[in-house]
Amino acid sequence: MSEQSYDAIVIGSGISGGWAAKELTEKGLKTLVLERGRNIEHVKDYKNATKAPWEFEHRGRRTQEMVENYPVLKRDYALSEKNLDFWVNEKEAPYTEVKRFDWYRGYHVGGRSLMWGRQSYRFSDLDFEANAKEGIAVDWPVRYNEIAPWYSYVEKFAGISGSKENLAHLPDGEFLPPMDMNCVEKDVAARIRQQYKDQRHMFIGRVAHVTAPVKGRSNCQFRNKCSLGCPFGAYFSTQSSTLPAAMATGNLTLRPHSIVTKILYDKDTQKATGVEVIDAETNQTYEYKAKVIFLCASTLNSAWVLMNSATDVWEGGLGSSSGELGHNLMDHHFRLGASGVAEGYDDKYYYGRRPNGIYVPRFRNMNGEKRDYLRGFGYQGGASRQGWNREIAELSIGAELKEALIQPGQWTMGITAFGEILPYHENKVTLDKTVKDKWGLPVLAIDAEIKENEIKMRKDMMDDAQEMLEKAGLKDVKAHDNGYGFGQGIHEMGTARMGKDPKTSVVNKHNQVWDAKNVYVTDGSFMTSGSCVNPSLTYMAFTARAVDHAVSELKKMNL
Amino acid sequence: MNRREAISSVALLLGGTVLGAEIFTLTGCTSTPKQINDLFNANDVLLLDEIAETIIPETDTPGAKATKAGEFIALMVKDCYDKEHQKVFLDGLKNVDEEAKKQYQTDFLSLDKEQKKALLTNLDKQQKAYQETKEKEAPPHYFRMMKELTLLGYFTSEIGGSKVLTYVEVPGRFDGCIPYKKGDPVYLNP
Repeated sequence: MSEQSYDAIVIGSGISGGWAAKELTEKGLKTLVLERGRNIEHVKDYKNATKAPWEFEHRGRRTQEMVENYPVLKRDYALSEKNLDFWVNEKEAPYTEVKRFDWYRGYHVGGRSLMWGRQSYRFSDLDFEANAKEGIAVDWPVRYNEIAPWYSYVEKFAGISGSKENLAHLPDGEFLPPMDMNCVEKDVAARIRQQYKDQRHMFIGRVAHVTAPVKGRSNCQFRNKCSLGCPFGAYFSTQSSTLPAAMATGNLTLRPHSIVTKILYDKDTQKATGVEVIDAETNQTYEYKAKVIFLCASTLNSAWVLMNSATDVWEGGLGSSSGELGHNLMDHHFRLGASGVAEGYDDKYYYGRRPNGIYVPRFRNMNGEKRDYLRGFGYQGGASRQGWNREIAELSIGAELKEALIQPGQWTMGITAFGEILPYHENKVTLDKTVKDKWGLPVLAIDAEIKENEIKMRKDMMDDAQEMLEKAGLKDVKAHDNGYGFGQGIHEMGTARMGKDPKTSVVNKHNQVWDAKNVYVTDGSFMTSGSCVNPSLTYMAFTARAVDHAVSELKKMNL
Repeated sequence: MNRREAISSVALLLGGTVLGAEIFTLTGCTSTPKQINDLFNANDVLLLDEIAETIIPETDTPGAKATKAGEFIALMVKDCYDKEHQKVFLDGLKNVDEEAKKQYQTDFLSLDKEQKKALLTNLDKQQKAYQETKEKEAPPHYFRMMKELTLLGYFTSEIGGSKVLTYVEVPGRFDGCIPYKKGDPVYLNP
């Protein structure tokens, strides 16, 4: 067994792990990043990124072989011929669904930062205060003012394009120029503002795309092929942004194919000493030592690592003394909304494929309003002209159909709601030791469901969408609910929540595990509540803040 | 259509640039159509090409056959359809010929353009009616499959996507609101 020492170890290389690596190395710490999957090199390994649509054998459609090999991924749009190798091999890494749970994973360098939706919003005190005000779960130990500078810090580096809207509950950030709304979206936005007397808003999405010069990256080229990897480095990913910065320090060691099986814990010092790793290719076991460990393995896998660590001290693993490790699993529930037709724009079009849509921030249960559920939801969507794949009921086959489909169809606009899920203690993950993965490791059993609060919210999510589009002048507006499977939002949060009290939370306000202060958990697992906004920007901010804390504590010899 | 015309149109198909020589294996007088994949032989592909061309004919722009629609459809049905959908499709393909025999006493390939269009227009009516009443989980009507695969194959091909529609690999910018002149083609990815 070989042994090597570093100042810091980062477990995972996705959005959070990449940020931890950048911050730690820039502060001078020799840092080892352990990634369980293969390496994907920026640009070079984006093998489909510049292919034309006709260069894909099945034009991007899923084959039966893919459907068979990806029983989870097939449940939604994500399964595509175009970026199949960015998704986990499900047969090698199974999990147990106590209830249906859609877990979309990316096991490679960069993790899901390569395939993420890139929507980037700040939480506000509407979110940070919600648990305390409503008596739900535990209070966040932080408030917006403490996090705001860290949002600014990460936004300036990540590059977030967006428009300033001056809304207290969706704070503005350090924005690069916003992308355009199209003609229909601009008019709909104006009508919503007018119809709802400035109480509801619609504007262009805030998105982690470079729209003005940022070092080492090119501006967004509006190809809308982001999920294949961007050869221009235009959207934020580990590969385009944090990894090159960490590499440039000379302090980074990146080790792919490294499955962390446990954090090594010394009960005398009550600190972690390092990690144990299985090499995914050779099955050999290694140990690496470090003064501080950042656990950024993605929400559920971070819980898994903790559950497998220090089991000689705590049967349920490191951080389980609170009784909350693995609990309070959240996501965003969605896949419902409305769409309609915009008339009178036949002489208007657009140019370019915008990898972004519009955003409608939360408006329910605010300013004194009380619905029959807690929290709220926002909408994402957009308007566009229909293309060749539209149905034309009155045409059959032949030249008439062909000529019609060659030209753009009518303008349609759709919006989809993303709603908050409360942190329920009973929504949880546990270890299933009866099932083993390819490396003989126990797997996670996931047991989560939405409850009455979310089900009631879904009615508003659909009805409000229909009403807003109708009031905005769209015709033939139809609401839809395509159903939701927990996890489908790909916003897993919770399982190692942050709190004020070690008896009821896994990490403290600095993301330190109460039971091992040199272990920081900074991916989605620390989230105390989920808000309804996309969460990744918040992980970035808390990660940078936690590294700042860790390095300062190391200097003070407190770790 | 008289016999002479039928022979010449089949000859045209065989000699066309769309189908490479590798598709057909002619062994003297008795010819066995070459298998294209597990489900389709070269004759099937010829038939699929003609069906696709009838759905998307050559006008002042190329038709479906010019994009090798038949080969594409055969590949998609083999790789992307499950067994149940494959059966519906394969039975449907046979049915196209049977309809031709019933209505015109000859196979589909021997029909003239107008006859082909009339036959498929009728099948399209049937599929539209069927789609309205079928159980949600039941496979679509086979002619809907044929139509969908034809449109997909045509408009996402290099000819259909970039010569007939507009495809800009690297737009470089986004303009949210520009004038549109009637007749200008739609973007491949609108």
